[in-house]
Parts: sequence; C-alpha cells; structure tokens
Amino acid sequence: MDGTDRRLIDRLQDGFPLDDRPFQAIAAELGLDEDDVILRVRRLRETGVLTRFGPLFHAERMGGALLLAALKVPPEDFERVAAEVNALPQVAHNYARDHAFNMWFVLATETPEGISDAIAEIERRTGLTVHPMPKLAEYFVGLRFAA
Amino acid sequence: MTRLRQTAGLDDLDRRLVLETQEGLPLERRPYAVLGERLGISGEEVRERLARLIDGGQIRRIAAVPNHYRLGYTHNGMTVWEVPEDRIDDAGAQVGALPFVSHCYHRRPSPPDWPYTLFAMVHGRSRDEVEAQVATIAALLGPASRGHQVLYSTRILKKSGLRLSA
Repeated sequence: MDGTDRRLIDRLQDGFPLDDRPFQAIAAELGLDEDDVILRVRRLRETGVLTRFGPLFHAERMGGALLLAALKVPPEDFERVAAEVNALPQVAHNYARDHAFNMWFVLATETPEGISDAIAEIERRTGLTVHPMPKLAEYFVGLRFAA
Repeated sequence: MTRLRQTAGLDDLDRRLVLETQEGLPLERRPYAVLGERLGISGEEVRERLARLIDGGQIRRIAAVPNHYRLGYTHNGMTVWEVPEDRIDDAGAQVGALPFVSHCYHRRPSPPDWPYTLFAMVHGRSRDEVEAQVATIAALLGPASRGHQVLYSTRILKKSGLRLSA
C-alpha cells in the first residue's frame, strides 16, 4: 500500500459517484489515471484491505431486523456458549469483550418477529439470560478511517 | 439469511439489483452499465434505481469499507454513557459527529446493572489513542453523562456480515 492507495481509500469511504464513468470522475478528482484507479481498487479488494466496495445496505429499511444483545457468560463456559451462539445463522457478529457482560452479538433476521425466536433459541441452548439492547435512535453510522 | 420483503418498497428489479451488488460493484470502467447488462436494463436505469434506493434510505451510500485492522486500527472500544432521556438527542448528535466515532446509537438501558443509553464505537491505533478519545467524549458530554464504561473487544468470535437471499 502506497500513498496513492491511502488517498484512494480515504476518498472512497466518502461515497462513490453515480456517473457513467465513476472511476474516471474519482481519478480526475485525485489527479490519477482511470485504469490505474480500477487496478488499485481491485488489488485492495483482493488483498482484503477493503472488505467491501459497493452499496452499503440498511437492513431495517429493507424489511429486515437487527438487534445488539449481550450475555454474562461464566468464564468456564465461554467456549461452549460461543459455539452455541455462533451456530445460529441469525448471529451476524459476535465479540468477546472485557466486562461482566462478556459476549456481545448482533442478530440479523428476515423479519422483526424472527428476533424474539432467535433470543428464545439462544436462551434455550445456553441456559443464560439474553440482555437485548434495542436501538432507539441512530445518530451516526459510518466508517471513516484515515488510511 | 435475510430475505427482502415486498413491504420494503423494492420491486423485483430492485431486488435483483441488490443481489447483483451484494459482493460489490463490478470493478470496470462502466460498472453500472455492466450491472445493467446482467439485469437486461440500461446503465442509466441502474443509476436511477440506485439513486432512488439511496433517497429512500435502503442504501446508506455507495462506498469502500476498509478492514480497519489492516489500516492499523487494532484497538476498538465500545464506549457506553449514562445520558438521561431529555439530553440524549443533543448528546448523540455531538458524539456522532466526532471523526473517530464509527457508530453512535441511543439504546434501551437494562437497569440496574446496565444504565447506559448512549453507545459510541471508537477506534485507535493504540490503547492510549482510544483513552484520549474517551476523554474527549467525556469532556464534550460533561454533566450530561452520569457515568461511562469502555468495553474493549478481546476477540472476534464471529463476523459473517449480513447476507441477503431473494
């Protein structure tokens, strides 16, 4: 990754134009060549520096549902519970965190009703109480990392 | 797997367009024209549909998402703040505007052991950098926050992302 890659990563996090030749528009903005920009983006995708490049979807606005929830897992049961939770396809992300609430996961379901089914299933499988932390308002969602 | 429902205001072509772009945009000179060819419509119609989905909020934006670990952001803290309901919207707007905050939400608390209402994810290249970010938020909120905690992630247990199936 060189300085040009870094400038591209910074610029492409802000949004991509809906022009017929959008890479040309980005290239002109940064003083680069269109084909060079495309090659660089391809390489950044292939090497995993960019995990995604394209439309970022808003699950709830598309009819799906998301929920952040936490568990207090006894340390000796942690690996077993992690395996039980991760086995559910509705679990999109799961993180271990340094706290009494030591497991935090996001449920993503086809419909809002699917969330309560998933919670019940996790409680049944793990024997633990799921603490739902539903979103009441969203102030900012974005990923802005200076490369 | 999340199936797109008719109720979301997406017609059949929109749904096919979403499926075609789940893995990303074609990395070609005319990416929208390439998508149009796959769907049997013009590139211009693809761009019109994408613009409409952005306006309707079903697409947040078209952009690159970096793997933040690859850019050196290895320290990630979920900061949680005890902000009363009557101050939360102002607090959320201020904290959400900070450049190092990637997500900022008002969430329902679970008293007594979880009184926190404002969640802000912060990312730094060192633990010190994250601690400085937390201090910045604390100073910004002042007495609007009655207490806070920072939960550092210690391990990713699963990260499959969201996949849609039509």
